[in-house]
Amino acid sequence: MRVALMVTCVNDAMFPGTGQAVVRLLRRLGVEVDFPAAQTCCGQPMVNTGYLDEAVPAVRSFVRAFEGYDAVVTPSGSCAGSARHQHRLVAQRSGDTGLVAAVAATSPRTYELSEFLIDVLGVSDVGAYFPHSVTYHPTCHSLRMLGVGDRPRRLLEQVRGLRLLDLPKAEECCGFGGTFALKNSDTSVAMGSDKARHVRETGAEVLVAGDNSCLMHIGGVLGRGRSGVRVLHLAEILASTEEQPA
Amino acid sequence: MSARTGAQTSARAEILGRIRTALLDVDRDAESATAPIVAPPGARPPGADHPDGLVAHFAERVADYRATVVRCPPDGLTAAIAAALPAGARVVVPPGLPDDHLAGIPTPVPDSGLAASELDALDAVVTRCRLGIAETGTIVLDHTPDQGRRAIALVPDHHVCIVHADQIVPDVPDAIARLDPHRPLTWISGPSATSDIELDRVEGVHGPRRLHVIVVDPDPA
Amino acid sequence: MSATFVGMPAFPSAARTALGNTQLRHNLAHATGVIRAKRAAVVGEVENWEELRLAGAAVKERALRSLDAHLVQLEESLTARGAVVHWARDAAEANRIVVDLARAREIDEVVKVKSMVTQEIGLNEALEASGIAAWETDLAELIVQLGGDLPSHILVPAIHRNRAEIREIFTRRMGEVGRPAPDDLTDEPAVLAGAAREHLREKFLRARMAVSGANFAVADSGTLVVVESEGNGRMCLTLPEVLVSIVGIEKVVPTWAELDPLLRLLPRSSTGERMNPYTSTWTGVVPDDGPQEVHVVLLDNGRTRALGDPTGRQALRCIRCSACLNVCPVYERTGGHAYGSVYPGPIGAILNPLLRGTGDPQTDSLPYASTLCGACFEACPVRIDIPEVLVHLRAEVVDAHRADRLPKPEALAFRGAAWAFGHAQRLDRTEWLSSLAGRLLRRRGRTSLGRLPGPGAAWTDARDLPAPPTETFRAWWRRTDGGERP
Repeated sequence: MRVALMVTCVNDAMFPGTGQAVVRLLRRLGVEVDFPAAQTCCGQPMVNTGYLDEAVPAVRSFVRAFEGYDAVVTPSGSCAGSARHQHRLVAQRSGDTGLVAAVAATSPRTYELSEFLIDVLGVSDVGAYFPHSVTYHPTCHSLRMLGVGDRPRRLLEQVRGLRLLDLPKAEECCGFGGTFALKNSDTSVAMGSDKARHVRETGAEVLVAGDNSCLMHIGGVLGRGRSGVRVLHLAEILASTEEQPA
Repeated sequence: MSARTGAQTSARAEILGRIRTALLDVDRDAESATAPIVAPPGARPPGADHPDGLVAHFAERVADYRATVVRCPPDGLTAAIAAALPAGARVVVPPGLPDDHLAGIPTPVPDSGLAASELDALDAVVTRCRLGIAETGTIVLDHTPDQGRRAIALVPDHHVCIVHADQIVPDVPDAIARLDPHRPLTWISGPSATSDIELDRVEGVHGPRRLHVIVVDPDPA
Repeated sequence: MSATFVGMPAFPSAARTALGNTQLRHNLAHATGVIRAKRAAVVGEVENWEELRLAGAAVKERALRSLDAHLVQLEESLTARGAVVHWARDAAEANRIVVDLARAREIDEVVKVKSMVTQEIGLNEALEASGIAAWETDLAELIVQLGGDLPSHILVPAIHRNRAEIREIFTRRMGEVGRPAPDDLTDEPAVLAGAAREHLREKFLRARMAVSGANFAVADSGTLVVVESEGNGRMCLTLPEVLVSIVGIEKVVPTWAELDPLLRLLPRSSTGERMNPYTSTWTGVVPDDGPQEVHVVLLDNGRTRALGDPTGRQALRCIRCSACLNVCPVYERTGGHAYGSVYPGPIGAILNPLLRGTGDPQTDSLPYASTLCGACFEACPVRIDIPEVLVHLRAEVVDAHRADRLPKPEALAFRGAAWAFGHAQRLDRTEWLSSLAGRLLRRRGRTSLGRLPGPGAAWTDARDLPAPPTETFRAWWRRTDGGERP
């Protein structure tokens, strides 16, 4: 099986550790993963702000980078959702039938990390060790756009040493919302503050989620409040071992 | 009925024209556009195969709305109606209320087209109904002579409604199938209520503040 | 006492004001919390809820796909049963029809059933301008009307008010327009409801004309349906001589049998009840029972505009349950006024632009008043994919500015992003700059950025931002051959 990593533009530029964790984790599970250098961005920032024409080059880059792979794995529910649910719209708008066909071939083979581990590899115990208390925030797009359900929790429950604490109102949006965080920054921060309060109520050391963009927002609120809670991507906890802790 | 004015003729034509233009992309002949939609079946309450299970479920659901529900055998109906009414209550009755119902009402006031203000001076009303819905705890009136005009079941503050066990259907689709849309219908689920203050449900605004449902059950459990 | 939304600022600014209102925040958090739990409980009882949603959506979709034919049939059915059918292209035409009906009968006051559509067209203001008093009879509408306030929720227009505020409004205002509130009025909800009962009863008993909307209009039978809780609807639909119902053309349901899934979906989604206290249906004039003169006004007012948008037309399936408002994390914090319309919340964010068209700053801000979290779609009983329509409308807003001579900074930024994302080499070069910044910052021990000037302030005013890493993933992969080399 030829597997490609779609690292996402946010992780590439801001959170390279998450991409490195995915590579380590998949290697440990016996999956050799490629990083097609032609990849850029899934196009979601443009699509979700209404700039559909501007998303076309990103979607072209996406299909150019990932065509021919059996599976595209990404540590982002949001970007997987974009590939699976928005690329068709962008391709249709471009009027390029070749792009429409290429999207139809690649988008169904795009998996969010927990989907890939559970559904494609069939593992829930990935041999991780992380001796900390953790609370999990299910991000909206992984939950409602992709329907990853309890897959991330099933993975976390198998991590040795990890104590999983329930997050109150877990399924409520954190308020990130892409450009919403800037265009409606007041409302975004109001939502983020409530999410941060719920995180602190759990007493967990670490907040984990499957999207670094949401974590950047919640972590930004937690950090400004000097809360002492660390935010980590799911991939980094799953990659963590005694020898190489996250 | 007045003849349609010029403005009305053109408004009608223009709106219908706009709709046709708006729907140019739609395949009007597709089956999804022409065949009525069949909804999934309604709930089958526990024990619904047995009439008694249905009655029990209905009674429980009506009571959930903080309405009073009593069950009585046919020969106990007169007494049950009498017990539902406060002493000295002036009670409006529909023209077709059966005699055994009337026997339980000390001072019945037959509705002869009473004005709203006259109804407002009365204390209670006793009616029958067309059917009851078990899953939702609803009674439906279709305002035939044993139930009377819509106003009489509305203005007095206390509504006593008699439903027979064999009138109870399991869920909404069963009710819709039995009801005649050309009759005026009043679906009643508990006493008048509102959630308008802090979304906290409280009983009692404009409709009857007390709803008393008597289920006549030939075979009470 | 009328109030309108005219001149409201765009959403971000109106939201900022609302977020600062602590009483509002508290009232909303409490009320939406209560209704979410109630809805979840009664929806959870229905085994085939998802199938029921599909059926509800399909019924409304079928109605819309042949809307012209169903409306003609509705008109025939109504006329055959003694009702008079009017058609109104817009708000002004609908208001004129109602005013003319009242004037011709020398009627100077009407009682009103709670109706979204009459708020949409500003009927109360139009009646007042013609010297006709319009009395709102729904408890929440009464609170809004007496308070000289604006509605902030579809189902519970006074959701932004708590019991103490309501008591104050009743005490201050009831006496000016009719029976005063009792001297010993408390803030118990049951006591407040009792005061509304006493205040409105005299108006119900004397009113000669009522105005309602309708939740559904059944084409094959000519039946109108009003779903309510308090009995004020029954009063209005039963006691006056003349009943005028203003019905948006999207309210049509093809057949009586197809009402079934909608009546199962609506109360559970709306008030979180198995069934609402009262549902009234009537078909034209019923001899010797209720109003002997029945009028139905079929209203367009932008609905055909929405219908002409293949992606947006699903919004016309809306049955005004307000489940999307109750589950929306944005609405929960800003309340309804920030949306500047009688249709607030997620459905308002799509319905207003669809009905009115985009192009003014307030309307154009609405599709952006969402994080696209999808909670609304999940709760919608007729499966309106609100996030999909939001994105579609955002594109409409952006496209309308493509020919601007002076593009907005945002447009320039996205053009730049499109260029960079078009080829990985370009992105690589752009990222080199951020890595350089990361190296400089981290050399000084900075792992996060403080307050930034300019557009960055929108993020950093209240949130930390991590300093960029010293090396991108892409550069790491290249340098280490995917981690194979140290």
